[in-house]
Amino acid sequence: MQNNSNNCLHTPLLRVTKLTKKFGDFVANDDLCLSIETGKVHALLGENGAGKSTLVKMMYGALQPTSGTIEWQGQTITVANPAHARDLGIGMVFQHFSLFEALTVVENISLALPPQLRQGNLSQRIASLSNEYGLPLNPEALVADLSVGERQRIEIVRCLLQQPKLLIMDEPTAVLTPQEAQALFATLRRLVAEGCAVLYISHRLEEVKQICHDATILRHGQLVAKVDPQVETAATLAQLMVGSSVHQVNRQANNDVGPVLLGLTHLNHRSSTPFGVELLDINLSVKAGEILAIAGVAGNGQSELFGVISGEEGDRSDCSMVLMEQVCNGLNINQRRQLGAAFVPEERMGHGAVEHLCLTDNILLSRHACNDTPSPLNRGLMGIDRAQLATLNSTIGRDYDVRKGHEDAQAGSLSGGNLQKFVVGRELNRKPKVLVINQPTWGVDAGAAALIRQAVIDLSRQGSAILVISQDLDEIFELADTIAVISRGQLSAGYAASQLSREDIGLMMAGSHEQNSVEVGA
Amino acid sequence: MSAYEAIILTIITASTPLLLAAIGELVVERSGVLNLGIEGMMVMGAVCGFAAAHVSGSAWLGVLAAIMGGVAMSLLFGFLTQTLITNQVATGLAITLLGLGLSGLIGSDFVGLPGVKLANVSIPWLSELPYVGRLVFGQDPLVYVSIGLTVAVAYLLKYTRWGLIIRAVGQSHTSAHALGYRVIAVRYACIAFGGATSGLAGAYLSLVYTPQWIENMTAGRGWIALALVVFSTWLPGRLAAGAYLFGGVWILGLYAQAMGLGIPSQLLSSLPYVATILALVVISTNRRLSVINTPASLGQGFVPDR
Repeated sequence: MQNNSNNCLHTPLLRVTKLTKKFGDFVANDDLCLSIETGKVHALLGENGAGKSTLVKMMYGALQPTSGTIEWQGQTITVANPAHARDLGIGMVFQHFSLFEALTVVENISLALPPQLRQGNLSQRIASLSNEYGLPLNPEALVADLSVGERQRIEIVRCLLQQPKLLIMDEPTAVLTPQEAQALFATLRRLVAEGCAVLYISHRLEEVKQICHDATILRHGQLVAKVDPQVETAATLAQLMVGSSVHQVNRQANNDVGPVLLGLTHLNHRSSTPFGVELLDINLSVKAGEILAIAGVAGNGQSELFGVISGEEGDRSDCSMVLMEQVCNGLNINQRRQLGAAFVPEERMGHGAVEHLCLTDNILLSRHACNDTPSPLNRGLMGIDRAQLATLNSTIGRDYDVRKGHEDAQAGSLSGGNLQKFVVGRELNRKPKVLVINQPTWGVDAGAAALIRQAVIDLSRQGSAILVISQDLDEIFELADTIAVISRGQLSAGYAASQLSREDIGLMMAGSHEQNSVEVGA
Repeated sequence: MSAYEAIILTIITASTPLLLAAIGELVVERSGVLNLGIEGMMVMGAVCGFAAAHVSGSAWLGVLAAIMGGVAMSLLFGFLTQTLITNQVATGLAITLLGLGLSGLIGSDFVGLPGVKLANVSIPWLSELPYVGRLVFGQDPLVYVSIGLTVAVAYLLKYTRWGLIIRAVGQSHTSAHALGYRVIAVRYACIAFGGATSGLAGAYLSLVYTPQWIENMTAGRGWIALALVVFSTWLPGRLAAGAYLFGGVWILGLYAQAMGLGIPSQLLSSLPYVATILALVVISTNRRLSVINTPASLGQGFVPDR
């Protein structure tokens, strides 16, 4: 190891010099210089759209730089394509896995390996390698049956089979429980101890401080700082990333809770989709002025629960669901909206908004049947009130800081964060008495996330009942008065946010509450 | 020949073209492509096969011509849907209509002419065994081809790397592309295979079943083959069973008619479709089992990133 690090002073494993990538007029990476050394975890930090993915894709051969050079072990090279990168010894674990759900683990890995590595008993090698690194995997399991954490292990094991010298990880902990994240860190520490280098992309500053040796920070495509994460604080790192101090979300304690506005008792629900999760005996209640946050790793029944509460999944069970003190089992989503509820789904594109429709049309889609605008937007045979839609659009744009190409742009032309602000703004503009919001700030930059979270808190303090479903623990602690955890379709009881630690939640995410009979939440 | 032998023989001859056309479509659909043009490819195979056999006097040249006719139609479908990314449903229907019209045009000079029948295999001694000899060892060669193809496709899909790639492409073309597989090339190959077996199914009709050319002689068998693929939940074994079941129902209809039973023939000829609808209902209530084999990107065009 000592020898290695001495060598590294002269020739780093990978060095990029004056690397620039332009898409048309847009400069995604501007004159970046960076070196990655053997035996270290190097963090790449930045907001969404800062250019992290572009940089990494050039290293991995998925994009070609406009100008600049990449050196691998001292040699200037052109990484022609991902297969070339893998031959060099660069492995990458993507944030969104390219896995085939209906194939087994070994089939998935075999598809991604070069011919010389497919020889012999691949199942056997997968099993032994995954055990060795503490990433247990059953090679014959069907991917569709695996949790997100297990799916990530497939990608990691696939990379490890190729014995990489550099492992690139794109936001690996975004889908993990705190305990799973710790296990991953142990694997990474072991890898660097064996002489592998890791490039670790994240915006979670605490974990960067925990495992990274170097950090490079990007903002708007430019390199703003190279720092030692051990000496920085999370606050200074955040400031470097965002460029100004991050707006702190302000949440006053709320003692003024009212009646239960949203309640579910003994809900059992079988999913209508083949790989969906079955909901088991769900009990929850949200009072006026309260924010209940449901934590949990993605794919544990969150979307099914959202679908049942919004009325999109036909509810055939005999449980009682109460909305605004009315039984609402048989009601469809518009009837629920008319009772005063609003819903923000997880996928903003395709579920929350239609890509090819302009913003005013998108407003009409969720608001056409609501009776809380001064006059109805849709006047039946009299047509659609375009003038009022335009006014609403500009109000939402102003109140929620939606940046768009022109006033009534197509939804698909907005960036993820701006579209999310639009979708949230469209629902919050109604001042709903009950708000159900699934992954409110998934893939949204810190500025937009702070705005959305503040808006949600403000709404609750005006006396609305709010149910937040999120897998981001930072977000949950920022928002929640009460926290419950969902795992494998079962919901824990609700606990006051102040009584819970991250570790408690992590244990519940892993299913510690499942054995006990579930009590009525909140 | 006893009556039971006669019935089983007619069932086999009725089922074989269904099995041939369906096994190809199964591979096509496993790769994520929905080709509704089976009927058109089959009828083109039938007319090309008949014409070539009539002109040359060789039934085997007819079989070859039928395969080429089916492949030509399928490559037209492939070019439209894979290269020009047209809608697969509309293109498939167009291929069927084109095939029916074009085969009528080509075949207009061959109507009523005597055909060449593909000779049955006759293994001495074995085919003279009582009861089973004629049934097992004395069929026409295409029956053995259809069974061989079914076994080969089952093996290919389950145990070979090619089969794995076809399944991967059919599951998620974006993931397969990201891993460096040539999605469009794989699909072209599968489409051409589907065209070849459909052409072969057509040859079976005009060279074995009724060795003559009759316009529209496929008589909806392409649609039954298509239904069969769904009915089988994309599994070759079930496909073969389904083909013989549907062939049996078809023959039962003819016998019922001949014997003057009070069952309307339309009712019996609609049975395969009713069975397919029932199969779809069963699939949607118990999806866990079948969805594993269902190609998730079925019918979606693939446009790679630049």
